Amino acid sequence: MNTADQYVKAIYLLQQMENGPASTGALADRLGVSPASANEMIGKLESRGLAEHEKYKGVKLTDEGIVQARDALQTYCIIERFLANVLSVSEFRAEARELEPVIDDLVAERLDTIIDRNDDCPDCFDPEADACCHLKIGTEGAETEQRAD
Amino acid sequence: MSVGHRVTSDRQLARLLQIGIVLEEVVEARSYHHYQSLDDAPALDSEIESLLEHAAAESAEHRKRLEALIEDLDAESIPFEEIKTLVEAQYGGTEPDDFDDILYDQLCNEETAYKFYDDLIGALRASDESFGIDRDHLIDTLVEIREEEADGVEEVTKLMNNR
Repeated sequence: MNTADQYVKAIYLLQQMENGPASTGALADRLGVSPASANEMIGKLESRGLAEHEKYKGVKLTDEGIVQARDALQTYCIIERFLANVLSVSEFRAEARELEPVIDDLVAERLDTIIDRNDDCPDCFDPEADACCHLKIGTEGAETEQRAD
Repeated sequence: MSVGHRVTSDRQLARLLQIGIVLEEVVEARSYHHYQSLDDAPALDSEIESLLEHAAAESAEHRKRLEALIEDLDAESIPFEEIKTLVEAQYGGTEPDDFDDILYDQLCNEETAYKFYDDLIGALRASDESFGIDRDHLIDTLVEIREEEADGVEEVTKLMNNR
């Protein structure tokens, strides 16, 4: 997943958590980058028509940005589910964060063919828990479903 | 979360190589399954038959090379036998519609594998981290596998264009 996709995904999740625009500070914290780096990337997203930035308020995604963010979130959900359900990785959240920059959506699409993703993806993603809500978080039983629909 | 393409630990590297193994399993299972389905086809196409046979054998070889790399890393193992069963079960019940369908699927497999190795090599080169295995040997192996995937893309494309 490229850097722009990681940013729009993070903005999308922060907007959900904050119920409004995402602050630059919160975005920088979430991505582990400096506020200056975050500001620079926000400028690039604005020029591509993916986000709008309002001084003192924060950044919010445009309709096009939301579509891209939901695609990126779906790719991320595939990575989490693949790690938890196929490779039985209990710390799938931490590992998904590490692998995210290296796994392309083309590759995720192929991994998706061997996992059973729910129809509600990517709305299944819980921004507070930073995980698909159908996955059990913890050190055991990562392959079991957390919530039955 | 870290932004940027870098591989920084044995565990992360092992996990990526394991993903490579699963992708190879998928290619192998699909190629084998499609190859078997040709037996029932009204007119056997020797070129496609040979392509799929070669793809399955090559994927098995790539998988073994990736497994050999992982063995030398400081990382926990994963249930490969279960994964093999899962992948085979996923494709056991699917049938390609026709020869074009088989070729298109094979093209997607080869392109995906190429993209995966290309990204992984890029991430390794972006970091000067040392791992539990020789860095040059690791990158050389992955470059060789990537080139074979590139050859595979070219072969399938040529076959598709000739049809």
